[in-house]
Amino acid sequence: MIEARGLARTFRRKKQEVRAVAGVDLDVAAGEIVGFLGPNGAGKTTTLRMLTTLLVPTAGTATVAGCDLLADPVGVRRRIGYVSQSGSTQPEALAGEEVVDHGRLYGMSTADATARGRRLFTELDLEGLWERKPKAMSGGQRRRLDIAMGLVHEPGLVFLDEPTTGLDPQARANLWQHIRGLREERGTTVFLTTHYLDEADALCDRILVIDSGAIVAEGTPDALKSGVGGDVLTVTAARADEVGAVARLVAGLPGAEPPQVHGDRVVGRVPNGGGALVQLVRELDAAGLGVAGIESRRPSLDDVFLGLTGRSLREEGAPVAPVVPEPEGALR
Amino acid sequence: MTLPVATNSIGRDTWTVFARAMRLSLRNPAWVVIGLTQPVLYILLFGPLLEPLSGQLGSGNAYQVFVPGILVQLGIFGALFVGFGLIAEWRAGVVESQRVTPASRTALLLGRVLRDVVVLLVQGTVLVLVSIPLGLRAPVLGVVLALLVVALLGAAFSAVSYALALTLKSEDAFAPLLNAVVLPVLLLSGILLPMTLAPGWLQAVSDVNPLKHVVDGVRSLFDGSYTSATAWWGLGLTLAMAALGWWFGVRRFRRESG
Ligand SMILES: Nc1ncnc2c1ncn2[C@@H]1O[C@H](COP(=O)(O)OP(=O)(O)O)[C@@H](O)[C@H]1O
Ligand SMILES: [Mg+2]
Repeated sequence: MIEARGLARTFRRKKQEVRAVAGVDLDVAAGEIVGFLGPNGAGKTTTLRMLTTLLVPTAGTATVAGCDLLADPVGVRRRIGYVSQSGSTQPEALAGEEVVDHGRLYGMSTADATARGRRLFTELDLEGLWERKPKAMSGGQRRRLDIAMGLVHEPGLVFLDEPTTGLDPQARANLWQHIRGLREERGTTVFLTTHYLDEADALCDRILVIDSGAIVAEGTPDALKSGVGGDVLTVTAARADEVGAVARLVAGLPGAEPPQVHGDRVVGRVPNGGGALVQLVRELDAAGLGVAGIESRRPSLDDVFLGLTGRSLREEGAPVAPVVPEPEGALR
Repeated sequence: MTLPVATNSIGRDTWTVFARAMRLSLRNPAWVVIGLTQPVLYILLFGPLLEPLSGQLGSGNAYQVFVPGILVQLGIFGALFVGFGLIAEWRAGVVESQRVTPASRTALLLGRVLRDVVVLLVQGTVLVLVSIPLGLRAPVLGVVLALLVVALLGAAFSAVSYALALTLKSEDAFAPLLNAVVLPVLLLSGILLPMTLAPGWLQAVSDVNPLKHVVDGVRSLFDGSYTSATAWWGLGLTLAMAALGWWFGVRRFRRESG
């Protein structure tokens, strides 16, 4: 569905060059849900706007939905849907009219666009809002309206840029359901961007991690997480002056990587979290070291990102941040 | 994968964009009304001041001189401000969502420009009708030709306004630019008073302003002098400006929106 090679875009703003995307290779097969995961400013939107013909790449080539991006942009436009990060409707217009006009710009008849729009309103829980102005809708409703706009012409490939940013947890979970439904019911290929780890984890068959305009890792959520190298062991020392001694014990566990120390917390990686935990508790006891907390958990995508870039996705741009403890299995 | 039947054409896309824009204008007619109130106020509150000057203005009827100026003013300045609406649409994501469809880029501009032209023609007609009871006398053909000039001017300046709006994308940059252009052009066009009243140096400066000749041309249309050189100059310059403005607008809409 998508095949991109060396896609790059440089912006020139006041004599300063910004390399927003620095050569990206992408392969997305039909029927896949693929996520582009990265912090704000990583180049996700810029990549999407190139793939949807809105921006001309400064370098690289791509075939999208069977059409060459540069040679046949109209062919690409005809076959894809795009839901931008910043909305798609005039706040003062009526929701239904916006959808119908959008369908007409795809060459649909008014009758077809109306029928299809009505059906999408039902499917996306927008019933009764056909004559509502977008400015009088909730954030979640407006986002679903954007999605209806992007789907009115039944594209085989749809691009969703940060589909759930700014929504409350319930609205997000609801929207995920709809996005999964696209593939299940229609076989639609979905390419989405997100800076939410849980979203990438819950929704995507495959994730591309992007940072500073380049793809730094790629794989299924599970493969990425097992690539981190074992479980994450977090020990909080009872006394700050004992942190060093605790860290030495963690480092001595079988197969452990050198642990990181954040304040009174020691974070290490071990191949087998459960076994290591039992051994560590015994050794701590024998050494007479007290602990305020101890836990082992499966690695999260944040650990993946941290391992790849040295930065956490949760606190964007911040240097290595303390790992927020999460109970084992919370992410899967 | 189901594909919609490909029935895009520039005419159909233009109609879709036009109908949508028109519907939005009618739903919130405040701007149309405000745009109309201003020229009508000029006619009602400024026109009477000119009546005692009739002798100096050359022709027998003050409104025959004044209404053409206000019509041209409406065509230019009404149209120049339409870009603000496009900036708001751009911010709401509407421009991008239209550009990602296979619709013709030219149609995205043309549909909007046509809406502006229709609004201008309605405003211009109201303006002429309001002036009749005040004493405007002009041949119907002259008025119709004058409205045609207004439509062409409006199309040119609205295309330019949209192109600039799409480039600047900020009211804070767009408003000062308009203000910088509008006032000198207005003062040097003889829109309010004919430049024949001006001292020699001022006339010389205003002679390089094409809009001055357009205003003079429309005045001679109101006079019934359809074959005069003034009328032809006015019409010719209007066509030239329309072509230039259209070229500028289309070029911007064909480029990526950035
Ligand atoms: N139109 C533009 N002009 C100049 N710089 C831009 C433009 N769009 C994006 N950028 C810059 O490119 C980088 C990537 O932005 P973007 O693709 O929007 O990131 P993301 O969507 O991952 O948050 C940022 O540094 C951003 O400031
Ligand atoms: Mg973005």
